[in-house]
Amino acid sequence: MTSATAVQEGQTTYVDAISQALDEEMTRDERVFLMGEDIGAYGGAFKVTQGFLEKYGEWRVLDTPLSESGFVGAAIGAAMMGLRPVVEMQFADFISCAFDQITEVAAKNHYRWGAAVPLVIRAPFGGGVHGGPFHSECPEGWFFHSPGLKIVAPSTPYDAKGLLKAAIRDPNPVLYFEHKFLYRRIKATLPQEDYIVPLGKAEVKRAGRDVSLITYGAMVHLALEAAELLHQEGIDLEVVDLRTLIPLDKETIYTSVRKTSKAIILHEDNKTGGIGAEISALLTEDCFECLDGPILRIAPPDTPVPFSTPLEEFFLPKVSDIVAGAKKLAAY
Amino acid sequence: MNQAPVAQDIKRSDLLEMYYYLRLTRSVEDRITALYRQGRIVGGVYTSHGMEAIAVGYASALNPEDVIAPFHRDMGAFLIRGFSPGEIISQYLGKQAGPTKGKDGNVHMGDLKRGVIGFVSHLADNMPVAAGAALAFKIRGESRVAFAGTGDGGTSRGDFHEAMNFAAVRKLPVVYFCTNNQYAYSTPVRYQMAIADVVERAKAYGMPGEIVDGNDVAAVYLASKRAIAKARSGGGPTFLEFKTMRMHGHSEHDAATYVPRALLEQWKAKDPIVRAERLLAQLGYGDESYFHEVGERAKKEVEAGTAFAEQSPLPEGPETLVGVFATENEVLP
Repeated sequence: MTSATAVQEGQTTYVDAISQALDEEMTRDERVFLMGEDIGAYGGAFKVTQGFLEKYGEWRVLDTPLSESGFVGAAIGAAMMGLRPVVEMQFADFISCAFDQITEVAAKNHYRWGAAVPLVIRAPFGGGVHGGPFHSECPEGWFFHSPGLKIVAPSTPYDAKGLLKAAIRDPNPVLYFEHKFLYRRIKATLPQEDYIVPLGKAEVKRAGRDVSLITYGAMVHLALEAAELLHQEGIDLEVVDLRTLIPLDKETIYTSVRKTSKAIILHEDNKTGGIGAEISALLTEDCFECLDGPILRIAPPDTPVPFSTPLEEFFLPKVSDIVAGAKKLAAY
Repeated sequence: MNQAPVAQDIKRSDLLEMYYYLRLTRSVEDRITALYRQGRIVGGVYTSHGMEAIAVGYASALNPEDVIAPFHRDMGAFLIRGFSPGEIISQYLGKQAGPTKGKDGNVHMGDLKRGVIGFVSHLADNMPVAAGAALAFKIRGESRVAFAGTGDGGTSRGDFHEAMNFAAVRKLPVVYFCTNNQYAYSTPVRYQMAIADVVERAKAYGMPGEIVDGNDVAAVYLASKRAIAKARSGGGPTFLEFKTMRMHGHSEHDAATYVPRALLEQWKAKDPIVRAERLLAQLGYGDESYFHEVGERAKKEVEAGTAFAEQSPLPEGPETLVGVFATENEVLP
């Protein structure tokens, strides 16, 4: 399955990796089907499902009315009956319309009465694409606080494919936050054979001695860029890509921070009450003795994501923020 | 009112079984109410007292492989699906032996193996869920039906409308109902909607609808049968408005002083058990001694269930931590 995006010299983009995962899982397992707005004839707002309607038919590539709560609820029902629905939010921002179904029904059904809900909700999230307040949000923090959900946020084509396959095979509701900024900006050569990236495993994307930077999604690439600049100044940054937010891979985080004694958490979601706050609290609870400096958070200010270019640039974390933060911590 | 002509279409054994479930429902809920008044049940107690015919009627009309997403006043549906009085009373007492093992209370029970989707307090949330169950049946080419409903208040929620619309658009094998018992907690229907009958809502979605006397178990059964048969044969969804009256407060703590007494008196005369007895007598299927005998049988079962529940252990505190996530072997095949 190839999407509208050109695949250059066998290189797979992040968005194509997502398409491939869906295609391969639908071929592998006939229980897997798709629901969402404009995913059929149109192939989805980002063309992730281009060609799927012709290949799988209208009952496995189901265009829905514009009703996120309704079709997430329906996906929950189908999942409980033994199917494996993958729902597409056209933009992650619209997931707020389905908040109740996700947090009250999908998240609690197994705990309350033992009903497994093997459901995946794909949510294209994040800024840097001039989307403004309703097409740029990072809403993962809302769900991070709701027991019963798993949350995934890949940063590379390899992880995008492997984590989506793992999410589809998981017997629980999984929110899959795919970063729009990365869709066509990064490429990789993926293995020919079937593989998954297990949920709940972070990855050290760059090993370093001096400061640990814990992040996920598009921010991973910002961190790696900053690491190169810091390297030139003699500061060795370790970059931990969480990949899965729930279940959180505390061991990988702790191992890194125990080594460097310094921690920065970087995310694109608003700062207050975000995932960085939780990781920071965990580090003080469990790794206090090994810390040799304050835990820093680098995150956008507590505003909606603004539209105009200078405003959005101001809003989003920058490489220079990371460099400054790491220098400050390294000086301790 | 002479009910006999329509009820003649129902098998004698089916009618007698429905009568038994009406009595069992009332016995279970009377016992639960008594336990609540004794302070032995904590939390809310929402009963179907005086509305038992709805759940008993529709659940009797379904096949065992069909799926129900009950309203919170549908105790009869749980009983018909094989939830025993012992399990149910255990649930209300927060005991291990309840279907949720103490994780949730009162009517928030469910079990996929018995085709019952667990109730969610956010009314109408299970209506899209039932559409999804029906969608699964349609995708797999199974001749199963989903049956789901909410109250008059629940029809104001977006999920009600999103579900009705989706089900109609995709012609799903689902039957939706509204238990119009005239009050959503303290809010009368006139403050809930600017239409006289809830069934009007179905028209907007291109869905056929029907008003049904919710206190007549035979009428509920027959209307449900028709809608279920239509859904099963590919005819798409139907909406049934069961007209009834909530005879108690919203929950047992609520004295319902906002309900005119005269209205309650008027509906008391339409009690579904009394009406079922009149019907059975007209048809020559039962008499006073039979009704008494069935009532005693139901009471005995409930007493045995109560004893079972009282002896069952409470869950241990650390069981709180169990079950947030499912394992692969719990997914339905």
